Amino acid sequence: MTPQRRELLETLKLRARQVRDRILRMVYAANSGHCGGSLSAADIVTALYFHIMRINPQDPNWPDRDRFILSKGHSCPVVYAALALKGYFPEEELSTLRAIDSRLQGHPDMRKTPGLDATTGSLGQGLSLGVGMALGAKIGGKGYRVYVLMGDGEVNEGQVWEAAACAAKYRLDNLIGIVDVNGLQNDGPTDEIMPMQPLAEKWRAFGWNVLEIDGHDMEQIVNALESAKDNNQGKPTVIIARTVKGKGVSFMENVVEWHSGAPTDAELEQALAEIWSGR
Amino acid sequence: MSEERRVAISTREAFGKAILELGASVKDLVVLDGDISRSTYTVEFSRRFPDRHINVGVAEQNQMGVAAGLALVGYKPIVASYAVFASMRALEQVRTSICYPKLNVVIAASHGGLTPGNDGVTHQAIEDLGIMRTLPNMTVIAPADGVSLKPLLEQAISIDGPVYIRLTRDPVPIIYDENDEFQIGKAKQLKKGDDVTLIAIGDMVQWALKAHDLLLEEGVTSRVIDMHTIKPLDSEAVIIAARETGAIVTIEDHNTYGGLGSAVAEVLTLEHPVPQGRIALWDTFAESGPYEKLLDKYGMGTDHIVKAVHDVIKRKGSW
Repeated sequence: MTPQRRELLETLKLRARQVRDRILRMVYAANSGHCGGSLSAADIVTALYFHIMRINPQDPNWPDRDRFILSKGHSCPVVYAALALKGYFPEEELSTLRAIDSRLQGHPDMRKTPGLDATTGSLGQGLSLGVGMALGAKIGGKGYRVYVLMGDGEVNEGQVWEAAACAAKYRLDNLIGIVDVNGLQNDGPTDEIMPMQPLAEKWRAFGWNVLEIDGHDMEQIVNALESAKDNNQGKPTVIIARTVKGKGVSFMENVVEWHSGAPTDAELEQALAEIWSGR
Repeated sequence: MSEERRVAISTREAFGKAILELGASVKDLVVLDGDISRSTYTVEFSRRFPDRHINVGVAEQNQMGVAAGLALVGYKPIVASYAVFASMRALEQVRTSICYPKLNVVIAASHGGLTPGNDGVTHQAIEDLGIMRTLPNMTVIAPADGVSLKPLLEQAISIDGPVYIRLTRDPVPIIYDENDEFQIGKAKQLKKGDDVTLIAIGDMVQWALKAHDLLLEEGVTSRVIDMHTIKPLDSEAVIIAARETGAIVTIEDHNTYGGLGSAVAEVLTLEHPVPQGRIALWDTFAESGPYEKLLDKYGMGTDHIVKAVHDVIKRKGSW
């Protein structure tokens, strides 16, 4: 590994700590929200916003920008944190999450929040939006990429698979799906509530290029996203990222009840200490 | 000029012709179909503009989402589907992916009401106008003939926000001249009259006109209004009609709940209450059969309209 590469990864890891810090603080301030799935996606979202995507916070509507769709919309604290840290809006605004008159809705509203490319929150709809955007790039000869982050509970939705087939038909190699496989859905373990494994084989059968990674290993994340971005083989790519729900906070990790809910004063203090102590 | 001069043409077929012209002039127009392109008449568009015709297969939920994605990157998508699928199978996608972010997506929904008669209940959308009308940001129209369809469709693709256009499966008579002007949200008065106003939508406008003639033979003059836009409803036209004729009969190829009758009643109760009669399906599914026979069997034929007028005029005095 080159020194530059090492430095990049270290910078991204630091950014990911900041992102986790902001997630916990904003959900605490709102006294509601979704910590578990935000923390599991924090490293992936950090890599996208701070390294992979061609975006310009000064020009959020730049037509040639890369697009990001948070299909698992309930995890919006992770995206709000990244957007604020990128400078799309002031960081102080994060504490208005879910409050009346706030630009930060309980689920993503692209008409309210600067930097959001899509309105999501009803599971299963984001990949279709991504297909439309990627198709638009193909029709118009544009070079932007479209990234869609899904949950492993979300892929229960039939619409995801309608969209998967459609992306393969139209050879959308500018479309990159990421499944945050944290193993837990709202009611319990995905293997119990609605088993979808073998997930990689399903996507492969639908005509996708599949990469499998540890979704908390920054080097693997960056390598996978870079490889997906440069894939020109006429196939969409999906990155199956194994993650831990609640990652970085011991009492939230792999605990189904932390799908949603806010930490108490004491829990926030402990959680922040753990985020920064570098577990 | 032939084709345009035909006496009757389904509005779905008129739609297929209109998008050919629009495809040539509007470069960012894209059409999405769901494996029914011969029925929705987008098939010729797909031959003429293959790069701008997307066939997603039998998958309406994805179809709405893909249209939304295309709108998000600057295209003007038209989703071609059947009204039952567009308004019900993919309803939440229409609501959350299209209406909530107020995207410029036009949903062209063929097989409205009982016009796909023989196909039976699965393909007869009798709920769509009511359902679509409840969605914030949505505009809802149902052109009465193949001539008015074109200007209304042109406006639909240029206004800000989503538009649902209900089309007929079966032919409807041409009632307009190509020089007539139309505006979404502005009702069209077709006949003058003082005793009662017939407010009709879509394929029912033809029967309102027929009823007008029958009533005239009895000496009853009826104003006839084509309410091609059910949302936003032309409240002014309703209020003026109520004030000037004192009685209204709404005529729609739709369940009685939520559609034109409801929309007009909402205005009347607030602004100018007068007796209202309602021609609609009376909260029942219909069945297979020829379109006109279905209308007769389910209380929506011309004779029923005439009877409804008699009843509503009788009630005038008691108000």
